[in-house]
Amino acid sequence: MTGTVINIDRVVKRFGTFTALHEVSLDIAENEFFTLLGPSGCGKTTLLRCIAGFEPVSGGQIRLHGEDIAPLPPFKRPVNTVFQHYALFPHMTVLENVMFGLQRLGWSVVDAEGRAKQALELVHLSQFLKRRPGQLSGGQQQRVALARALAPEPKVLLLDEPLSALDLKLRQAVRMELKQIQRETGIAFVFVTHDQEEALTMSDRIAVMSDGHVQQIGAPREIYEAPANRFVADFIGETNLIEVPVLGISDGMAEVSLPGGGTLRCPTPLSRAVGQGILSLRPERIDLCPASEADLTVIATDQVYLGTDIQLKAQLEGGQEMTIRLQNAEATRLPERGTQVGLRLEAGAARLLSA
Amino acid sequence: MKQLDLRRFPGFFAITLLCVVVLYAPLMVVSVYSFNASTSITNWGGFSLDWYVDVFTGPESPKFQRAAMNSLIIAVLAGLCATLIATSAAVAMHRAGRFKGKTATFALINLPLMVPEVVTAVASLIFFTAIGFSGGIGTILLAHITFCIPFAYLPIAARMQSVPDSYEQAAMDLYATPWEAFRLILLPLMMPGIFSGFLLAFIISLDDFLITNFVKGAGVETLPTAIFGAVKQGIKPNIMAISTLMLGVSVVFVTLSWLIGRSGQAKKP
Repeated sequence: MTGTVINIDRVVKRFGTFTALHEVSLDIAENEFFTLLGPSGCGKTTLLRCIAGFEPVSGGQIRLHGEDIAPLPPFKRPVNTVFQHYALFPHMTVLENVMFGLQRLGWSVVDAEGRAKQALELVHLSQFLKRRPGQLSGGQQQRVALARALAPEPKVLLLDEPLSALDLKLRQAVRMELKQIQRETGIAFVFVTHDQEEALTMSDRIAVMSDGHVQQIGAPREIYEAPANRFVADFIGETNLIEVPVLGISDGMAEVSLPGGGTLRCPTPLSRAVGQGILSLRPERIDLCPASEADLTVIATDQVYLGTDIQLKAQLEGGQEMTIRLQNAEATRLPERGTQVGLRLEAGAARLLSA
Repeated sequence: MKQLDLRRFPGFFAITLLCVVVLYAPLMVVSVYSFNASTSITNWGGFSLDWYVDVFTGPESPKFQRAAMNSLIIAVLAGLCATLIATSAAVAMHRAGRFKGKTATFALINLPLMVPEVVTAVASLIFFTAIGFSGGIGTILLAHITFCIPFAYLPIAARMQSVPDSYEQAAMDLYATPWEAFRLILLPLMMPGIFSGFLLAFIISLDDFLITNFVKGAGVETLPTAIFGAVKQGIKPNIMAISTLMLGVSVVFVTLSWLIGRSGQAKKP
């Protein structure tokens, strides 16, 4: 078990009357790839800027190895940032850009140059030392920004949506590479993104944020399979949210009654019985079955061909829409529009959340 | 819908031509007649460079040379001071965030562009008289610095707007103090704008007649006031030669200012 590198303790950030962060608390472990995930305006970038020192906090503490760094200006914090649009200095060469931080720390030119070259080697850019940032492609600029931020060996590397300016193909390739560099360097990464796929593929742990609150912190699998609330279930992946009456809750399992009359036992983060709950049904864990074995009966309304998958749109009793994802196998038989279909909920398909 | 093309309007070309002729014909006449061999300013007597020689060696040349030297010293100093002040103003306007009276400050910086020059001239004269400054190089210099500030400010501010503040943030993130971030990052990135602003201020100062004429003391001349003084005694072709030379210098500096401003902009990220 490794220790905590950054401890964010009840951090509040207000812009005038608007509160961007409401007493946010979280710990980032050493050697961890930690992602702040959320829709735009959720406060994830604000939190990152508070850690970097560009935004003074309105309350709370940010501790780095136990020492409160919240009062320090950015140039006295041993953390470095990869900016969204890289912010490479256009009037300096690639090598000068990477040497910049080291020289400010008082390194000699020779030492700084050696370390800068090592950092550029790590991101496979050794052949472009004398180029200006303007002469590089977007992907190469992103690597320079990474090398520049890694060269001073920060305690924590902050990344502000660094992949958002790249095109899709490149973005996917860079994900794995970023993850690999994180493992090689052993530096804790705090990665900000609104892209759930990015978050799920790269992170050791994810903090899902909305409206200035942390909604859930956990490993990608935990966040996806055991969402703590309705927001997380809806934001991560696809889900069907159906309001159902709750019959009982005990030991993390809930018994609910399904539309159409059946009952279902499913996991829940709730501990007390509530009258109504929200049932989250993951579309890829629902399968078609004969009506006699069905947990739910629906009427097929539409289908969308997605290549690897086929999305079946259906209507529940009571008129609510839901979506089922079927693998596009040769044997997949799709029901005619307007016919009744039986659905079987597989293990892990359902989870009861508070309304 | 297709965009309206002004060039298709009937008479567009004729009006354009008229405007260009009205604007540039007088300059053309002066430039052409500066190469006239005759002493007449209306009859062409063949090509010669006599009047240019006269400007540098003729009986009036010491007067003009002294005036030109004054003009040059004032323009360089006024340009430098105005650029320094304008750069500080631009940094404050674009990097200090919102502050009380920001709009008013912007208006104050640019007001001299709108105020009729003669008003500035009279005001400067009254001011200098009131505080007991006697006219001379000093008063001319002070007046020039004042009215050159907005001319220097405009290209500098324009350049600064195209430099996002993430560069300085990146610098400070990489352990640069605010002063280092300014000196090593912002200043070099602003340099094309600063240089362009200096050239503009320089040329505005060099060409100024009205304000100079009001605040200069007796016996102190800049090139424009010296030319005006000479013209009062009758227009001789040597005046045309001097005017053509000044025109040439102005064109070179304005073009330079524009080119530098543009090259800076092309490098915009």
